[in-house]
Amino acid sequence: MSEVIIAGIGQTEVGEHWEIGLRELAIAAIQDAVRDSGGLKPQALFVGNMLAPNLSNQAHLGALLADYAGLTGIEAVTIEAAGASGGAALRQGYLAVASGMVDVALVVGVEKFTDKIGAGVDAALATTSDSDFEAVQGMTLAAQAALLMKRYMHEYNVPKDGFAGFALTAHANGANNPCAMFRKAIKPETYTKAEMVSEPLNMFDIAPNADGAAAVVLTRRDLLPKDFPHPLVRIAGSASSSDTLALHDRKDMLYFDTAQISAGKAMKQAGIVLDQVSFFEYHDAFSIYAALSLEAVGFAIKGRGWKLAEDGEISLNRKISCATMGGMKARGFPGGAAGVYQAVEAAIQLRGQAEASQVTGAKIALIQSLGGPASTAVSHIFERFEA
Amino acid sequence: MEIPRHWRLKQQRYSLVGEVCPHCDHKIFPPRDICPNCGDEAKELFTFSGKGEVYSYTKIYEAPTGFDANAPYTVALVKLEEGPIITAQLTDLDSTPVEIGMPVEMVTRKMRNDGDERGIIVYGYKFRLRT
Amino acid sequence: MTTPHPHSPTLLKPVKPVGIVGYGAYVPRYRLPAKEVARVWTGGKGGLPIKEKAVPGLDEDVITMSIEAARNAMLRAQIDPTELRAVWVGSESHPYAVKPTSTLVAEAIGAVPNTQAADWEFACKAGTEALVAAMGLVGSGMGHYAMAIGMDTAQGKPGDALEYTAGAGGGAFILGPAEESLAIINASYSYVTDTPDFWRRENQKYPEHGMRFTGEPAYFKHITEAATHLMEASGTTAKDYKWAVFHQPNTKFAQRVSGQLGFSPEQIEPGLLVPVIGNTYAGAAMIGLTATLDIAQPGDRILVVSFGSGAGSDAFDILVTDAAPLRAGLATKTQEYISRRTEIDYAMYVRYRGKLQMK
Ligand SMILES: [Zn+2]
Repeated sequence: MSEVIIAGIGQTEVGEHWEIGLRELAIAAIQDAVRDSGGLKPQALFVGNMLAPNLSNQAHLGALLADYAGLTGIEAVTIEAAGASGGAALRQGYLAVASGMVDVALVVGVEKFTDKIGAGVDAALATTSDSDFEAVQGMTLAAQAALLMKRYMHEYNVPKDGFAGFALTAHANGANNPCAMFRKAIKPETYTKAEMVSEPLNMFDIAPNADGAAAVVLTRRDLLPKDFPHPLVRIAGSASSSDTLALHDRKDMLYFDTAQISAGKAMKQAGIVLDQVSFFEYHDAFSIYAALSLEAVGFAIKGRGWKLAEDGEISLNRKISCATMGGMKARGFPGGAAGVYQAVEAAIQLRGQAEASQVTGAKIALIQSLGGPASTAVSHIFERFEA
Repeated sequence: MEIPRHWRLKQQRYSLVGEVCPHCDHKIFPPRDICPNCGDEAKELFTFSGKGEVYSYTKIYEAPTGFDANAPYTVALVKLEEGPIITAQLTDLDSTPVEIGMPVEMVTRKMRNDGDERGIIVYGYKFRLRT
Repeated sequence: MTTPHPHSPTLLKPVKPVGIVGYGAYVPRYRLPAKEVARVWTGGKGGLPIKEKAVPGLDEDVITMSIEAARNAMLRAQIDPTELRAVWVGSESHPYAVKPTSTLVAEAIGAVPNTQAADWEFACKAGTEALVAAMGLVGSGMGHYAMAIGMDTAQGKPGDALEYTAGAGGGAFILGPAEESLAIINASYSYVTDTPDFWRRENQKYPEHGMRFTGEPAYFKHITEAATHLMEASGTTAKDYKWAVFHQPNTKFAQRVSGQLGFSPEQIEPGLLVPVIGNTYAGAAMIGLTATLDIAQPGDRILVVSFGSGAGSDAFDILVTDAAPLRAGLATKTQEYISRRTEIDYAMYVRYRGKLQMK
């Protein structure tokens, strides 16, 4: 199997881009990434997108974006796995290059939430849950996360503001990310006083839906331009796992099986153990997801993920640095682009270019992209190339 | 209009008709024809009693399209007496606070309109506190 | 007891004896006190026709309410739903103008597909109309069991006298052979004339009524005639009945008509629900009977007389059997539903009943 290098990265600011359309967003990120790669020519495009057919009435993004990127003729498809679409697209790009079938793969994640406004956005998001047995009950993804959080707090006796640590960490780290939607640290009172959305889930337990696009260019090491200026970051492990769509169909909904399985496989492939991971970009679309991911991956025992956050152990350069560029909570949640943002951010960290957010001596990153409550989990291990 | 989709599911929606596994007696809802317990084929119909308890719950204030007329409303995970957990709204709540473990029973209620008030009315299961 | 008239040509009496094998009630839990209506529309002035009325929740209608009453009836009848040869629902608030309530109710209780299903309409006697038809179906031997439901979410124009009383609720009855029944229906009698006391034209949201004209020539005339004919033909008087149930648009009408017919306040007490749930229109006489059966003892005789505007009355002569007390306990009783109570104010009522102009 060929060694796969992150040759180029690109991202747009995450936010409400009223004046920028889906294709322009994606193209901006693609151009950034291709430029960053030293002008590599992609042979295949993998688009990570969650809801464009619904939010923008636009399907068939592969061909559309290849056309607008001036790449007409190349292989181009959309990969959809709800919130894990970005991670899943990255894995397709990785497989294409690793297999040797493709020399240069371009992966772009894009989501354009603000093409639709109002209750239709919640209805669109709810289509990623079990439509016949969850969404039909008027369920939203936030409510689904609230059900999970309520049960978790009940089983593990978590105090009322027990999840505050996730938002505090995310906002502190997002303050240093020029592409983050929110670039300001918050005080504990901000969390405590936050408006309740679906009890016990408040405004600060939810990552804001926002527009954004991120892209990476993948290639083999021998194909890199001669004067390639960046420290080399390789994809050392990649794995994906699936579980029931509906929360109610799980044997144990308080354990994210797919997060455990995919992270375990990716680490095994990379030949590393958990202690070697320098930082963890988890999928904190909801703070309860972050807690359960920490537990499933093995950073905390069952029922104690929240405590890790409360004790400040997920802050930069503590026990395990998480959401180092703000995570979904502060950087924003651009749907199917989220997993590619994680890849871009991890590459920045491993290149040592994260400035104020830099994880000291960052060498190995674990990034994990979730679809729904870990109905899909895609995990990747990135490694800074030494030698 | 999504008439066929709602029509196809009417037995499950109106009266909690699921399945029972002929091999291990596992009760299945929603029906999926393959037993999640033993992996064998399970197509025998089974009507659930509709009795269960609250496993988790939350309240929705900002409802998705189609549900706004009923907001705010409470959704719950209900653990049925026969085993499965299902997602459903709680209805007929008064000032009594909902708690995990409260006994509930199934009722058939209006869920939403298919489209607007010109479309069909979608009926289905909800749960209310059992007295 | 006077001498019966076994071959009275006007009685509706089945060839095979028929009875009630199961029954069930439903009342939604929300209550609007009449004084709330008065507060909004009259500054609290004037007498109140009832104490309060039952109001359906946002997710309820005649279909959902009928399903619950039908399920209660099935619990008491302890029969296989596929043995029902008819599921009939009488109402003046069917959720659809075109598309039956009855097929959905039949589907929900597992009675499809080998069954008759139809919606009945005759103002407030649509329920008892279905009951008479069910007697015919079972009594003729066409089918072993038939279900008749009377259920309403009654409409009253904001500020109108009807708004104080237009309630929600009703009952479901499963008829079958007399020997399986908890109460035998000895006979029924129907009395109808063309009397325009109350109506709702096509596409109108609220009904109109003839005010004082709804009294003597309509309600009192038809109920009295129906009751009198039935009792004469059956050779009975008021004293032969332990209980009586009359259609009840308000407390006063039901009390007065029963007095005129020689019934005491005690005889109508268990079935007089209008003070606490309002006028449930096609459900009114039906739920009055479910509440009475809940407490009836073997050997009790019950007279039931409905009234539907336009106008007509169905009268029933019913004899309670030994099976009644046991089966009464198999499902939620009418008074239990009535005691489940959440009071709402006029503003919530306006929202629940869809009276807010949204566009
Ligand atoms: Zn099995």
